[in-house]
Amino acid sequence: MDATQALADLTEISSQIVHATIVDGDGSVLATTIAAESVSRSFANGVTKLVEEAGQAGSSRGLVGLAQFEAATLEGSVFVVRRGARVIAATTRPDPTVGLVFYDLKHCLQSIDEAPKRASRARKKIDGEA
Amino acid sequence: MAKRKVVTGLLFAAGSLAGSLLYRRRTVRQRERVDLFAEDGSMVSLADGSPEATELLSLARTLIAANGQ
Repeated sequence: MDATQALADLTEISSQIVHATIVDGDGSVLATTIAAESVSRSFANGVTKLVEEAGQAGSSRGLVGLAQFEAATLEGSVFVVRRGARVIAATTRPDPTVGLVFYDLKHCLQSIDEAPKRASRARKKIDGEA
Repeated sequence: MAKRKVVTGLLFAAGSLAGSLLYRRRTVRQRERVDLFAEDGSMVSLADGSPEATELLSLARTLIAANGQ
């Protein structure tokens, strides 16, 4: 599944998510639900900074390998899930169902990762048959 | 006698107001936080007021505001 389709599925499944963006390892936007390009780029930069700061805060408290986090404010929450160098970030309304949002974000990232593997497996099968 | 009743009522109302304000302030502080989860499943919660949480929450507020929430 491509990243845009995965995000479309995510926002359809999870009514708690307002916006979501997938940021690649180099800081580029892989897919986003934010329409304006300048806003999505600035959002991705903010997410990259947030991930760096959260990683430092975690390390200073003895946390090894930050996998995910939630920053909860009165206006809403920001959720971030990391998978390798890729990151998915989502904003929600206040008081979301934390476990559910994390699950949906992880599932979204996983569905993107699995797509090339499945394609490569199918290719190998075809090559083997030929 | 009536004056004493009024004063008691006013003191009671002021006490209730102060109590509810303190409770609200405490609840708000508990709601604003950053929960960090590591790959091994361990978790650290940073409450609002700690230097790291203040910085992270400020960044989070910027992201939420940028999305027009």
